[in-house]
Amino acid sequence: MAEVKPAARPLSPHLQIYRWSWTMAMSVIHRATGCALYAGTVLIAAWLVAAASGPAAFETAQWIAGSILGRLVLFGYSFALLHHMVGGLRHFVWDLGYGYEPETRMNLAKYSVFVSGGLTLLVWIVVLATR
Amino acid sequence: MLSESSMRTPLARVRGLGSAKSGTGHFWLQRVTAVANVILTIIFLGVVIALVGKPYPAAIALLSHPLVAILMLLFVVSGAVHMRIGMQVVIEDYIHGEGAKIAAVMANTFFAIAIGAACVFALLKLSFGG
Repeated sequence: MAEVKPAARPLSPHLQIYRWSWTMAMSVIHRATGCALYAGTVLIAAWLVAAASGPAAFETAQWIAGSILGRLVLFGYSFALLHHMVGGLRHFVWDLGYGYEPETRMNLAKYSVFVSGGLTLLVWIVVLATR
Repeated sequence: MLSESSMRTPLARVRGLGSAKSGTGHFWLQRVTAVANVILTIIFLGVVIALVGKPYPAAIALLSHPLVAILMLLFVVSGAVHMRIGMQVVIEDYIHGEGAKIAAVMANTFFAIAIGAACVFALLKLSFGG
């Protein structure tokens, strides 16, 4: 059957039309961190394969991870991981049927940045203290 | 709500798979892997922190410890499944051409399996490779 081309239909309002809010920003960041983590799995795989390949490959991987650029990427990765995790916990709250009130919604979104940022700093303090 | 005038057959209703033929399978699997990932991510971070500055033999000893290896295997598998579904949602949201969408969803599956396989192989080699 030949496909009938539909006429151009009006689009519902999208991102550019709304005032930014915490919930909107955290929704976007949850997706963005998910995508970043997706790309970052290449690094985890490369690191594990390097470890499995032998001392020379592992030393190279560790050297890259320890460089300035490496540390910056790892810092970003750790924040993305923890922010996505905290964002996921927020989704669990909603999945269970709680936290839909406007104020709760905004607070959950706001605190998810502070909690994930705090956890990231905690991780790095531990890393720098134990190395 | 199902009404008396529903066009759906009783069998279709019982199967509950909807027009996409997969029901809420992806939604649920995303939640199951998410719950697993919360626990496994914290463990993964602990392992990585423990490995900072470790020389090669000590690092290998830790990664090949059965408990660590099993938890790391669970982390990479659960993570690969979770990220595959998540990226598929993103693809379906933004790529509208039917051909490009199928190609992207397929590439996404290949990527997730390749990453998962590489991690699993590496972890098993660390444990059994001697």
